[in-house]
Amino acid sequence: MAEMKEISPNAPAGARLLNWVDNRFPLSQLYNDHLGQYYAPKNLNFFYVFGALSILVLAIQIITGIFLVMHYKPDAALAFGSVEYIMRDVPWGWLIRYMHSTGASAFFIVVYMHMFRGLIYGSYRKPRELVWVFGCAIFLCLMAEAFMGYLLPWGQMSYWGAQVIVNLFAAVPFVGPDLALLIRGDYVVGDATLNRFFAFHVIAVPLVLLGLVAAHIIALHEVGSNNPDGVEIKATKGADGNPLDGIPFHPYYTVHDIFAASMFFMVFTAIIFFAPELGGYFLEYNNFIPADPLKTPLHIAPVWYFTPYYSMLRAITDEMMLVLIACIWGGALVAVFRGKLAVLFKIMILGAAVVVTAMMLSTDAKFWGVVVMGGAVVILFFLPWLDYSAVKSIRYRPSWHLYVYAIFVVNFIVLSYLGIQPPSAIGERISQVGTLYYFGFFLLMPWWSSMGDPKPVPSRVNFAPH
Amino acid sequence: MSATHVDTHAVDSSKRTWIIASTCAGAVGAAAVAVPFASTFQPSERAKAAGAAVEVDLADIKPGEKKTVEWRGKPVWVVRRTAEQLAALTGLNGALADPDSKRKPSELTPEYARNEGRSIKPEFFVAVGICTHLGCSPSDKFQLGAQPSLPDDWKGGFFCPCHGSTFDMAGRVFKNKPAPDNLEIPPHMYLSDSKLLIGEDKTA
Repeated sequence: MAEMKEISPNAPAGARLLNWVDNRFPLSQLYNDHLGQYYAPKNLNFFYVFGALSILVLAIQIITGIFLVMHYKPDAALAFGSVEYIMRDVPWGWLIRYMHSTGASAFFIVVYMHMFRGLIYGSYRKPRELVWVFGCAIFLCLMAEAFMGYLLPWGQMSYWGAQVIVNLFAAVPFVGPDLALLIRGDYVVGDATLNRFFAFHVIAVPLVLLGLVAAHIIALHEVGSNNPDGVEIKATKGADGNPLDGIPFHPYYTVHDIFAASMFFMVFTAIIFFAPELGGYFLEYNNFIPADPLKTPLHIAPVWYFTPYYSMLRAITDEMMLVLIACIWGGALVAVFRGKLAVLFKIMILGAAVVVTAMMLSTDAKFWGVVVMGGAVVILFFLPWLDYSAVKSIRYRPSWHLYVYAIFVVNFIVLSYLGIQPPSAIGERISQVGTLYYFGFFLLMPWWSSMGDPKPVPSRVNFAPH
Repeated sequence: MSATHVDTHAVDSSKRTWIIASTCAGAVGAAAVAVPFASTFQPSERAKAAGAAVEVDLADIKPGEKKTVEWRGKPVWVVRRTAEQLAALTGLNGALADPDSKRKPSELTPEYARNEGRSIKPEFFVAVGICTHLGCSPSDKFQLGAQPSLPDDWKGGFFCPCHGSTFDMAGRVFKNKPAPDNLEIPPHMYLSDSKLLIGEDKTA
């Protein structure tokens, strides 16, 4: 324990109170470590506001969520009516509900931008691997949170969306049907499912989410923020021991983030007041019809933020399985003939290829669609160990890398668009190519990221005072 | 008492053994306590009991019409097929994934429905209206010929709006579609010529 610090009895009352607290709880130290003396690079740009914005949206979701729970009824017979009751009869209930429903989409917008930023500036590279891994775990929790929250209004889309996603688990060989039964708690999606999803949505997942957010920030503040140049500012310190290219988070970045927050609120409130359903993308029209277990709506699609993964799920057909098997054998044969590996390893690789091929041929394409969909998220966790580029930031990578990233982004947007559309033959082909590009981007990254000549990285960040 | 030298850094192996043993015992206890918690996820006794059989009156179904009843929370269709619809069933075999209902027969097709029309009486087709892909309920496409999302030589059947699987008038799935299996035929029996019982059959 630190020794008691004495303070002059003539000090102002505020200073004496702070000293009293500091001797019992590290208040000043926490403030300095995370705000007052937390040095962030001075060249952070627009893309760096989305971390702070996602905390803002998290706060909006928690506060509006608490107030919604006061009026909502997690009961299959009452849920739809209670949401309509919030919308029509609870004073200002519509506002709280629209804040929560718009907040869900806003959360994914800011998180996707935040992840994009990390991707292009190499923010996941050593020593920030754990910051990235915690972030991916947050993304996974967010998906679970959004999926389970979407069941609660008990509309047609809530019901059939949950039916489809829970049935995905039934595709797992051997244990699948029992697993789906355990998730639903009944033979069909019903009252038991609604109740447990409610419990997960309002308490279990948010608790995990908050813990992960804390871990994400603690890990970040331990290693310090990356920046658009990918230069380690801690490598160049001034006489006072602080990075020369760093500025204290408060007041510099608090002001920066408050400005971003006010811009965000302009868009956010405009959507809430003028287009809360955003043309059926934020709240789907079919969800204003109460759930009917006997009738599937003519066109069902997930909410926009899940559609890239949904496209990949739909892309896995019997034909696509043959392409995937060809990819596996291509990879295995390259490893055997070109890889500098021990003979034992080569035999093991060939054996693994045979086993995987046998599994792929003997199990339904449906199951592999689920594997691909899950793999698309899980592969993000491994990004820090896939990137072999000599430099972190896109600014100093070989120019053609920019196109690889640009196609990745366009591909992701095309996949999301196709996931909203009804199934079609041409859409299926495009999403199959898109799926191959998505996985190729990550799985071939150890090779393509190390190709080409990176540009020289400066020792200090680029910064022009404005 | 002999004066022994106490090395404060040395590992007391007997203490270490007991720490390991008590940790293991604690882990076993925690695992045992987790069982009741995990078990609450299972369907409740009430949910299991809710599978009572449903009686359907066949008299008011006109030829070419479908009636949907709820059994165990799922839609069950009773379709009164016309002679043309029955005639269309033959000759589809090449386009179907499992024309003779050989896949998972114990789950999908009771013995008395293992025929071309997948029914006891050819006229009445009884099936669980849940797609075997991901559980959507397919919609009726009884109209013949070309129409959106369907082949031009469509002979009538069902179309799943979620992922585009198609089934013929006997709930048999067409090839190269996401759904792996034919529609499930529930256990059913005739109580009289115009009364059908869904959920029970003579073998049960």
